[in-house]
Amino acid sequence: MDCNRVFVSKVKRLTIVFTLLIAFLSIKIDTFAQVDSAVVPVDSAVAESADVASGEHGSAKHEKEKFEPTKVIMEHIADSHVWHLWGHTSLPLPVILYTANGLEVFSSAHFHHGEHDYKGKYNNYRLEEDHIKVVGADGKIDEEASKSILDFSITKNVAAMFVAILVILIVFISVAGAYKKRVGKAPKGLQSLIEPIIVFVRDDIAKPNIGHKYNKFMPYLLTVFFFIWFNNLLGLIPIFPGGANVTGNIALTFVMALGTLIIVNVNGNKYYWKHILLPDVPFWLWPLMVVVEVIGIISKPFALMVRLFANITAGHIIVLSLISLIFIFETLAIAPVSVAFVLFMDVLELLVAFLQAFIFTLLTALFIGMAVEEHH
Amino acid sequence: MELVTPSIGLVFWTSVAFICLLIILRKFAWKPILGAIHEREQSIDEALNKAELAKQEMARLTSQNQDLMQQARAERDEILKEAKTLKDSILNEAKKQAQTEGAKLIEKAKIEIENQKKAALAEVKGQVSSLSLEIAERVLRTQLDDKTKQEALVANLLKDVELN
Repeated sequence: MDCNRVFVSKVKRLTIVFTLLIAFLSIKIDTFAQVDSAVVPVDSAVAESADVASGEHGSAKHEKEKFEPTKVIMEHIADSHVWHLWGHTSLPLPVILYTANGLEVFSSAHFHHGEHDYKGKYNNYRLEEDHIKVVGADGKIDEEASKSILDFSITKNVAAMFVAILVILIVFISVAGAYKKRVGKAPKGLQSLIEPIIVFVRDDIAKPNIGHKYNKFMPYLLTVFFFIWFNNLLGLIPIFPGGANVTGNIALTFVMALGTLIIVNVNGNKYYWKHILLPDVPFWLWPLMVVVEVIGIISKPFALMVRLFANITAGHIIVLSLISLIFIFETLAIAPVSVAFVLFMDVLELLVAFLQAFIFTLLTALFIGMAVEEHH
Repeated sequence: MELVTPSIGLVFWTSVAFICLLIILRKFAWKPILGAIHEREQSIDEALNKAELAKQEMARLTSQNQDLMQQARAERDEILKEAKTLKDSILNEAKKQAQTEGAKLIEKAKIEIENQKKAALAEVKGQVSSLSLEIAERVLRTQLDDKTKQEALVANLLKDVELN
């Protein structure tokens, strides 16, 4: 356990150092690039790639365009209504809007990457910076109306999450089938790959932290672990159906942390609640302590949420920054360096993918353990 | 800031998807997998325990066998010893008996020999006396053919008688 914590802190430190390095580089290069672009015409291929990367292409924008790494990276790690596949090919995803009048369902292909408005049943819609806005009668965006609609679209992240869930279901139901078929026999194939991980979650995460009541929480812990891990891994694959920053999205980590919050507090026994509401301190400290303890209830899952989000997003940012170096320098000579660093980062991310799933599950188990512990 | 603002759509879909995943996996994956692993672990434990018991039983049997062996060996030795003493005693007795028997026979033989000797001697004596009488008769007959010699003999005999 101690080793892991040390390791996590090391990885974080490394991530921070890298981020700073990349930030520094991008600032310096930005100034250079500005000077350069005045003299040297931008390579059309680079411009096109940047174009594709920024998700907006069109006849109007085929002139010289400055490469903006921050914009590109932010667009990559953010959610989107289309799933960019390659070149100019994107997979349009369904848009589902909840309006005051009812549900609106249509394909995001109607927006033509934000160039066209779509006339829906109840409103006109426009895609602006990957957000769906209501267009008023005057042709301008109606901010009031836009706020009132709720966007339940199957976005890139949702679709990627569904892919991950499909993979998880296929893997684990087939493994479960193998257990039914080979009763009492040694594991084989995929089963022998998965079993040690399940046993690891049970023996090294659940049992030591929760104690003898661990059995009840095993499904939740295992699901959380594999859900995060598979999403992390799929996020590392640069091509479809991977590449989405699913676990690096605050919404997903928010839901996971909320799940932990609920499961911990629903299962909290009387000792847990006594510790929070009637702490063992002089009575005049009660108001303060109760507030602190209640904040503690929230802050623990909050830390979980931020940790997972920040780690995975940071990983994606670093990889994208390293790739962006090629376009910033506008030379292929930097490519080997970039690729070497990306390779290194990807291997590190592979570890981080496992580590974050492990940490999330471990801390969830720890919080559950604290809530169900019998003492005094 | 947009990066850290959870969007309602993703929150909704994640919740739905995660809950569905949890329910499906719980029923179709975790239950059978954990059950199977648990069962197998138990069976392995059981098998190990059984093996341990079998080992102990084996050791017990071996020591028992050894004991039996030792006992049997001791018994055999005992029997052998007994047999030896018995044999010795029988031999001794037989020897003694043979000796006494032999001594008896020798005694008998001696007596017989003595008897035979005596009988033989008596017979020899009788024969010697008859032979000597015959010889004497023959001698006397030849010697007494002559008158003078008869007279001399008588005279001699008379002399002997006088001495008696």
